[in-house]
Amino acid sequence: MKILVAVKRVIDYNVKIRVKPDHSDVDLTNVKMAMNPFCEIAVEEAVRLKDKGVATEIVAVTVGPKAAQEQLRTALALGADRAIHVETDARVESLGAAKALAKVVEAEQPGLVILGKQAIDTDNNQTGQMLAALTGLPQGTFASEVAVEGDKLQVTREIDGGLQTLELTLPAIVTTDLRLNEPRYAKLPDIMKAKKKPMDVKSPSDLGVEVASKVKLLKVEPPAERQGGIKVGSVDELVDKLKNEAKVL
Amino acid sequence: MSILVLAEHHDGALAGATAHVVAAAQAIGGDIDVLVAGENVAAVAEAAAKLDGVAKVRLADHAAYAHLLAEPTAALLNELVGDYTHLLAAASTTGKNVLPRVAALKGVSQLSEIIGVESADTFQRPIYAGNAIATVQSGDPLKVITVRTTGFDAAGSLQEGSSADIEAVDLSFTNGADNAQSTFVKETLAQSDRPELGAAKVVISGGRGMGNGENFTLLDGIADRLGAAIGASRAAVDAGFVPNDMQVGQTGKIVAPELYIAVGISGAIQHLAGMKDSKVIVAINKDEEAPIFQVADYGLVADLFEALPELESKL
Ligand SMILES: Cc1cc2nc3c(=O)[nH]c(=O)nc-3n(C[C@H](O)[C@H](O)[C@H](O)COP(=O)(O)OP(=O)(O)OC[C@H]3O[C@@H](n4cnc5c(N)ncnc54)[C@H](O)[C@@H]3O)c2cc1C
Ligand SMILES: Nc1ncnc2c1ncn2[C@@H]1O[C@H](COP(=O)(O)O)[C@@H](O)[C@H]1O
Repeated sequence: MKILVAVKRVIDYNVKIRVKPDHSDVDLTNVKMAMNPFCEIAVEEAVRLKDKGVATEIVAVTVGPKAAQEQLRTALALGADRAIHVETDARVESLGAAKALAKVVEAEQPGLVILGKQAIDTDNNQTGQMLAALTGLPQGTFASEVAVEGDKLQVTREIDGGLQTLELTLPAIVTTDLRLNEPRYAKLPDIMKAKKKPMDVKSPSDLGVEVASKVKLLKVEPPAERQGGIKVGSVDELVDKLKNEAKVL
Repeated sequence: MSILVLAEHHDGALAGATAHVVAAAQAIGGDIDVLVAGENVAAVAEAAAKLDGVAKVRLADHAAYAHLLAEPTAALLNELVGDYTHLLAAASTTGKNVLPRVAALKGVSQLSEIIGVESADTFQRPIYAGNAIATVQSGDPLKVITVRTTGFDAAGSLQEGSSADIEAVDLSFTNGADNAQSTFVKETLAQSDRPELGAAKVVISGGRGMGNGENFTLLDGIADRLGAAIGASRAAVDAGFVPNDMQVGQTGKIVAPELYIAVGISGAIQHLAGMKDSKVIVAINKDEEAPIFQVADYGLVADLFEALPELESKL
């Protein structure tokens, strides 16, 4: 079975972001970028399925600027066999990404597509669901466990009240939650080898899709700052403050 | 403007989240219908019909919607939503699972987790774990939106005795509403007598500092006295101390109670994203440099194993 993994280049999750002074967007100049953490989990799961003999080939795909090839190289170093870069400088959001990914699914015919549940920049949590709609495939979102059994997929999902298990027909779309696995780090020899793995570059128009977001970003502002509080010296003082100052007890 | 709200329900009862979504719909303005989809959900429809601002409740009661799986539910909404300008649902795991699928079926974008309404097409939503607030405008004929419930006060109820009409949805289009692609296998839901995390007035959360799952019982007595819900950081969930549904944060539950008590939690931005809109924040941590103290109204630098029993005895 072929597995397609979608990866997105985003700001590193450790970076504290700044809003541009003109409030047009978040300032990404000279900011450390990385693979979206949920995509790392997606790549890891694909690699594990290949190690188990379930998957035969892993194809990593991204939709984004030239620099996003760094993240595809990371995916290749982690174990993907080849990569597809849909190159665009447009501001791409979930629907545009899903449209491009749907074309790649059509061309590649994977047995399973794994995406992250959420990109930590837009916090959208949409692309996998949209891709499922556009391809007419079933979806197992927020997965904490997946098991391929013949032409079926058992997927355990993290839902508000606990866990839910579904059985999906393959091919299917899965989005990863944090507990699905713990991703490995790429080793130096694998990073070297990744440089030689094939990378296919296409434009959105090659695929016949428009990827630029139609949602207008009017303004980006910093959130309301919380007033710094005080340190209390004892549990007694804490209880007193909560009762008499904050009046929440 | 005409708005369809997908109702959230659990165990045959309307979930509190729906009243917040109706409030967001009221802020947009226009006629508001609520769709109750599920199996044996007549009581949910009756409860939804009592919400202030609701014009009509549409009831799709069928086994195919028993667990609101994405495929049949999105197909249903795709069928019904044609007459509306807006489709809204709570940013719950159900809303997040279903609404993007509907949006893509309609070829439109979806706006996630709005916290403010500026006009019928312009909304505020947090991005980058709440470290920035974006104002976005949708040009789509249909706006598909999930609502962060903490962003809107719940809609009230209608006067005693009055309620909106309930109308059964004609499901003949569904051809028996079969869904061959996706089958429900099982659900393991956490049982708790405590209030729901999203709705509780007080939340007390434990982090990696709790050490193990058993130590979470140290929070129980305090939660009992305060009528609090118990939450956790990702590290506590990943370590297996507590189940996943207790995770508060960017990728877990978003809470904004009157009082949030963080115990043995360092205060990573991903955790803050889920609780920094709480009215009063208390942090108990033995490391006085922990970032959680930067957002805490009251910080107590102490070993939690000493502070928690003392706090319980003094409440
Ligand atoms: C993509 C992504 C998404 C994430 N989403 C979330 C999310 O939704 N929610 C979330 O919480 N995290 C999330 N995280 C993880 C987050 O970055 C932090 O790793 C996590 O919040 C840390 O949890 P913690 O504070 O419990 O643990 P730690 O950072 O290890 O902090 C433990 C704290 O306990 C204190 N402590 C230890 N012993 C005691 C004691 N005896 N008494 C008092 N204090 C003590 C320590 O001083 C320390 O400050 C996410 C991370 C990523 C990459
Ligand atoms: N531009 C993109 N290129 C490739 N994959 C993407 C892109 N945008 C989103 N994805 C995938 O969809 C997941 C969820 O993103 P989102 O739904 O946009 O929050 C990510 O973790 C990726 O797996």
